[in-house]
Amino acid sequence: MLKKTILAATVALTAGAVWAEPQAEVLHWWTSGGEAKSVAVLMEEFAGRGGTWTDMPVAGGGGDAAMTALRARVLSGNAPTAVQLKGPAIQEWYEEGVLANINAVGVEQNWDELLPTAIADHMKCDGEYCAAPVNVHRVNWMWGNAQVLADAGLEMPTTWAEFNAAAEKLQGMGITPLAHGGQAWQDATMFESIAVGLGGAEFFQAAFVDLDEATLTSDTMVAVFDQLRTLRGFVDDDFSGRDWNLATAMVMNGEAAFQIMGDWAKGEFMAAGLEPGKDFLCAPTPGGGYLYNVDSFAMFSVEGDDKIAGQNLLAELIMGENFQEVFNLNKGSIPARLDVALDSFDYCARRSGYDMDVASGNGSLMPSYAHGMALRGAQAGAITDTVTAFFNSDMSSADAVAALATAVKNSM
Amino acid sequence: MEWLQRHMPKMVLAPSFFAVLLFVYGFIAWTAYVSFTRSRLLPKYEIEGVIQYERLFESPRWEVAITNLAIFGILFIGIAMILGLLLAILLDQKIRTEGALRTIYLYPMALSFIVTGTAWKWILNPGLGIEAVVKDMGWESFEFDWLTDPDMAIYTVVIAGVWQSSGFVMALFLAGLRSVDEEIIRAAMVDGVSTARIYRSIIIPSMAPIFMSALIVLSHLAIKSFDLVIALTGGGPGYATDLPATYMYAMAFSRGDLGQAASSATVMMMVVVAIIVPYLYSELRTRRD
Repeated sequence: MLKKTILAATVALTAGAVWAEPQAEVLHWWTSGGEAKSVAVLMEEFAGRGGTWTDMPVAGGGGDAAMTALRARVLSGNAPTAVQLKGPAIQEWYEEGVLANINAVGVEQNWDELLPTAIADHMKCDGEYCAAPVNVHRVNWMWGNAQVLADAGLEMPTTWAEFNAAAEKLQGMGITPLAHGGQAWQDATMFESIAVGLGGAEFFQAAFVDLDEATLTSDTMVAVFDQLRTLRGFVDDDFSGRDWNLATAMVMNGEAAFQIMGDWAKGEFMAAGLEPGKDFLCAPTPGGGYLYNVDSFAMFSVEGDDKIAGQNLLAELIMGENFQEVFNLNKGSIPARLDVALDSFDYCARRSGYDMDVASGNGSLMPSYAHGMALRGAQAGAITDTVTAFFNSDMSSADAVAALATAVKNSM
Repeated sequence: MEWLQRHMPKMVLAPSFFAVLLFVYGFIAWTAYVSFTRSRLLPKYEIEGVIQYERLFESPRWEVAITNLAIFGILFIGIAMILGLLLAILLDQKIRTEGALRTIYLYPMALSFIVTGTAWKWILNPGLGIEAVVKDMGWESFEFDWLTDPDMAIYTVVIAGVWQSSGFVMALFLAGLRSVDEEIIRAAMVDGVSTARIYRSIIIPSMAPIFMSALIVLSHLAIKSFDLVIALTGGGPGYATDLPATYMYAMAFSRGDLGQAASSATVMMMVVVAIIVPYLYSELRTRRD
């Protein structure tokens, strides 16, 4: 009798969970054209499965405003269902004890098999899934103006030495070799691309993930700063404070030959009606390596079956093949899932997908520090401070390396 | 009824009194408390000593921010006061178009610092603004690239700040000049004292309280200055134009380092206290005399 009652109660409870209409309140900062379109895809799929989506877009400050809103919501004990979060920030919020567990969905859908291990690890809190990845941006791309390079008889350089030679030739022809915007995060993007190219994946891991002091002050790091100083000579005089898309425009109209920027720059070229491989070229930054920036949604602890059902449905849809393909076609990145066919993607995206596969196989898939994938805010900020101070002054590389080690220690 | 009359003012004032007590002083105390903790993303409440202050004073970026505050504060307040006074004296010469001129000089005050910053960003940009215009006119070697020069960039913030605020200081001083007793000035004129001497020995000394108000208004503008820097230079090149307020914002909202932000906010408050307390002291003492 007792057993039957328990059974009945269990059935009733499970049934309740199944029948609860999925609810999701989603906090994100994808509000601009292509991004908003990408989120709309997810909204439609969610509604198509009977869910109610409450949109909570907070624009501004590259997510700073959204994070402030999130903090207020969490402190008042009323967290959103899912939040656009990435990298170590997921772990940081997990440590505050406010994240939910979606491991059941992850296991059922076999995420361990579908995702590169490095990326799956970001999505896990203490070994269990607490977030779902949306896309993979490659950060260390170099973009080139095909016409300018052809006129100069140059190809996309594959080593930094080749790059320097090419840049000097271009400079002689009166063309700005490198389009750059003098904002701290752009300086950092360039810096980490050099670091992975010159030092390789192991060096990158030791320096920017493990923060190993010996590596931070090593001769390789001095060489990285030396190369950054060389690049400083290849940018034009008015680079200070320029936005990245204006730098991209310089490459488009032939004013400059190269730009080092993540694959979101591709969207600018495409929007101007240019064709990859024909009008503009893409290649990994000299020296290679793969630095990724993965957007994801972290699930926050919520109460009520309907909300938990919403969370699980959302996780399933985010990792769904259809969404991963459509979203990334809109956004310029590539799917985080390894099994989505990239046939409908452009040349650069297919290259990115191929390289990610290879890098994931040999363990050289590295998180971008400049885009908040490798380190927490305070440490990443400390490194960026040093890099941008170096780039905008005549500090010596030896001093920069010492300052880097001190800044990292001070940020702990 | 009589009781009500006696207590009415207190009752009316009570809500705002308690609101100020909580929202101003309460939160100042909260911030000071958090600055002694190891708070990162969310506030924590275990006291950890002065670690945040040690970190703060070891940070090269904070050093730049504090040095910039000193440079910006002294130059901004000094130049705005001198320019404001000069403009006020010139306008005080009973000229015909005074009303129009006064409006023109006061007008920048009606703009927000964001607008001022953005406009000056374009004016000072070497590729777009003054430098480009002068070069186009034929003076090829002309250079004015302070905005992109890390050593000079903070002075562009001074330029924009002074442009915005000196008209307001002028208005304050003009009111002060007009409030000086005409009789004394006439008496001096009858005695054949020169105009310059009248200003130097009679009018300006009697305007001391106005100087004090202008100083207080300008120094709080300088210390909390944030939007101007964000719009004009974004703190750059590098972090060459960081001010304590932008440092605090970066720590609290971009880096998830609340403890560090709280300690910098507390130091900023100390700077304000260091300016305000002597002023209050002198004010209260004179009143008692």
